[in-house]
Amino acid sequence: MTTKPVERVDTVTVRFAGDSGDGMQLAGTRFTSVTTALGNDVATLPDFPAEIRAPAGSLPGVSGFQLHFADHDILTPGDSPDVLVAMNPAALKTNLGDLERGATLVLNTDAFTPQNLRKARYESDPREDGTLDGFKVHEVSITTLTIGALEGYAELGKKEKQRAKNMFALGLMSWMFSRPTEPTREWLREKFGEQPRVAEANIAAFDAGWAYGETTEAFDHAYEVAAAELPPGTYRQITGNLAISYGLVAASQQAGLPLFLGGYPITPASDVLHELSKHKNFGVRTFQGEDEIASVGAALGAAFSGHLAATVTSGPGVALKTETIGLAVAVELPLLVLNIQRGGPSTGLPTKTEQADLLQALHGRNGESPVPVIAASTPGDCFDVAIEGARMALTYRTPVFVLSDGYLANGAEPWRVPDVAALPDLRGAVRFAVAAGANGENAEHGFAPFDRDPDTLARPWAIPGTPGLEHRIGGLEKADGSGDISYDPDNHHRMTELRQAKVDRIAGDIPAAEVDRADPGARVLVVGWGSSYGPIAAAVRACRAEGLAVDQLHLRHLNPFPPNLGEVLRRYERVLVPEMNMGQLRSLLRARFLVDARGYNRVAGLPFGTGELRDAIADEVAAAEGRGEPERSLS
Amino acid sequence: MLPQVGDGASNGDARELTKKDVTSDQEVRWCPGCGDYAILANVQSVLPKLGVPRENFVFVSGIGCAARFPYYVETYGFHSIHGRAPAIATGISTARPELSVFVVTGDGDALSIGGNHLLHAMRRNVDLTVLMFNNQIYGLTKGQYSPTSEVGKVTKSTPVGSLDHPYNPVSLALGAEATFVARSVDNERQHLADLIERAAQHRGTSFIEIYQNCNIFNDGAFDGVRGNKPNQIRLEHGTPIRFGAEGEHGVAMGANGELEVVDVAEVGEEALLVHDAHRDDPGLAFMLSRLAHTPHGPTPIGLFRQTERPVYGDEVAAQLDDAVARKGPGDLQALLRGRDTWTV
Repeated sequence: MTTKPVERVDTVTVRFAGDSGDGMQLAGTRFTSVTTALGNDVATLPDFPAEIRAPAGSLPGVSGFQLHFADHDILTPGDSPDVLVAMNPAALKTNLGDLERGATLVLNTDAFTPQNLRKARYESDPREDGTLDGFKVHEVSITTLTIGALEGYAELGKKEKQRAKNMFALGLMSWMFSRPTEPTREWLREKFGEQPRVAEANIAAFDAGWAYGETTEAFDHAYEVAAAELPPGTYRQITGNLAISYGLVAASQQAGLPLFLGGYPITPASDVLHELSKHKNFGVRTFQGEDEIASVGAALGAAFSGHLAATVTSGPGVALKTETIGLAVAVELPLLVLNIQRGGPSTGLPTKTEQADLLQALHGRNGESPVPVIAASTPGDCFDVAIEGARMALTYRTPVFVLSDGYLANGAEPWRVPDVAALPDLRGAVRFAVAAGANGENAEHGFAPFDRDPDTLARPWAIPGTPGLEHRIGGLEKADGSGDISYDPDNHHRMTELRQAKVDRIAGDIPAAEVDRADPGARVLVVGWGSSYGPIAAAVRACRAEGLAVDQLHLRHLNPFPPNLGEVLRRYERVLVPEMNMGQLRSLLRARFLVDARGYNRVAGLPFGTGELRDAIADEVAAAEGRGEPERSLS
Repeated sequence: MLPQVGDGASNGDARELTKKDVTSDQEVRWCPGCGDYAILANVQSVLPKLGVPRENFVFVSGIGCAARFPYYVETYGFHSIHGRAPAIATGISTARPELSVFVVTGDGDALSIGGNHLLHAMRRNVDLTVLMFNNQIYGLTKGQYSPTSEVGKVTKSTPVGSLDHPYNPVSLALGAEATFVARSVDNERQHLADLIERAAQHRGTSFIEIYQNCNIFNDGAFDGVRGNKPNQIRLEHGTPIRFGAEGEHGVAMGANGELEVVDVAEVGEEALLVHDAHRDDPGLAFMLSRLAHTPHGPTPIGLFRQTERPVYGDEVAAQLDDAVARKGPGDLQALLRGRDTWTV
């Protein structure tokens, strides 16, 4: 514990920034772990380039990790960091603009060499030319101090010693914010279990960072952030990709079906493939296909064979899987398609977030090809959405799109560990066909693979190995009931309607849209979906704190929509739809419900800031009160 | 207990199947005179001999004339999309290694749009029996050149002759290290039946190229071999390679390390190459496949190569079993809780 004075603050945003090779993601992730374990609410935003190692010291090579922690519940990783740790001039240059004057800067002053200043396109040294006026600047020789702390490690070269400088920075931040230190030491011992000397060296660097804060006069006091008051329960930290992976394992267990995941490496979805490949003792088969098409094809084959089948990818991968998803619509088999969205079009921004694949999920196939679509709103929500997707796919024998994105995938938050006994039981949704007519279909002419359950319109799931139910399926149009190939005009129209009706019917089986209401007189409704939940909710909260009347609605089910959605929308004078796309949900709402929904649209590869949304909402409230239309274009 | 689908083998009745049992009620819709009819009848006659319960057969196809095949076999069937049958079949076989999975495909489906999937299925040694009907033409789209059409082929899409160098499908399969590679002809009933039976019994990917006459768009493409027994170099394991009306020709290893066609009377039978289908190295089988680049002169048919390699679906299952043996069956609550938790 520090002997210096400690100031209690309620919320802090810290950003670690350095070269791609500086270990900033690791330092940030570790800081997040001790912070969540301390009981703070946390939201994180890793932000890194697509290049594995851009040239050292260059502007494109800067990698950042931001985390926001507080003694109350928070919704976003924070608009503006209170503390920036900049390991080199490029990190300072790319991040300084996000800070407000008065913020604290910790600079690795060893890296501020003429060469690095040039690489960062600084014409003069920002430490000396007034650039940093108004900031609290701590110049720390992080590299030198780290090497000094490792003097006793003769077997390590200078380069290797330098690599521990992220641990020095982590140690200093741990001191500054009164984080416990022993868990990090333990974690380092475990991480480098095979190399105890390397573990010790990292611990020495970490301790040196902590001691630097404690002994240097420049740091006259530390801070602490008390634990947040979260609902009672057992908590852990989770990212969206981990949660969606766990959701699939849970769905498999709850359905009593083995899980088959087809994947192909693609950012930011690969971690789901990695994670699920670790859980073979749950009966999980993971298949890394030769391409995106093979990975969804194999998943569809596994679905035909009676597995809970899923494929995981990002937008460009969905483009390749499109024809197979259409086949899954035609053959009416359960299949989960997880799209961890990233910036587009084409290769776009692989490591940045965006929510611009909604219309691709809804409409990106040939023919009338309806597919249910749901989206996760927070990292932890990815778990529930995966289970809900499995429930819909199994119950209705249909492919289902589950949308996440790069922000949810890599962002972390505290997660209340669910009680397995309280998870939905999916066994009732499986019901393999065992004999012709056993599910109540017409069995007069033997097994009819396209006779439907009268409630769900699902067709029987008759898996190979079941005697007497041998049948053929395929992409050609099938006769209603028998499943024989049919080119009959009326049959095609009827089958088209049936496939649509089956998806529409899901609306009767999902919760009604529930508005978050603060003021019965609100005339403005903010509607969102996906990962913009946090920033929207934070902005709505900020508006309400200013006395503005505004309601919020966040949609999980995007196809079909909740059954009461049109009625809800029509209650409001103004409907604002903020999206990290050019207005995809908005156009659906306008088309479906004839409401004059307006957009706030920005595709910057980053989550919305609370401030920009607060302003957009306030404009809508002003307009609803007759104080003029916002100047912002409707895009 | 891990979630399971099926109990390994089917619990269906073990009664003897007949050809009628594996013939569906669907009207066969290939052109009259198509080579596909003979192959269908052949498969329907072989299936009952395999000792596999009917419900454990799965026929998967892509798009093309050959791809209609599953509709005519009274088993489980999946008529999928163009080129993707090996991928879908890989999922079926990996999920359920106890099933007997066939892929029925054509030269366009397997080697053009689906070339990648075929290669990777063979590389992985997925337990599949691939029947590739090669007619050297796109039939269902009414006559465009295919990746096995000869250079100079005049078709609707190549009015002044195709420029593309064709694949030799057997060479391709050997290059991908398929563990069972064979070639036969649609109307060689016994030869084809024997190979289909052995392919179905082989564990791993079996690939049979079947010369199939398209009498509408490419009639007579295989006349150099089909119905021309003297030009059929019939490969028999353990036997010197001879062919010709009286077996007067043979295949021998030349001085420069290449295979050459020789006169048996001239060199003596002891100089002929004795076919060894079970060599681990695919090199010699590859050289045999190069004896005829196009099927116009003497062309090898029969089993080029059969070796053993771990089967993909078995290995996937073994990793699961091993994980359970080491860690015990997964405990979902423990997984969700993880290691670093705190209580509020």
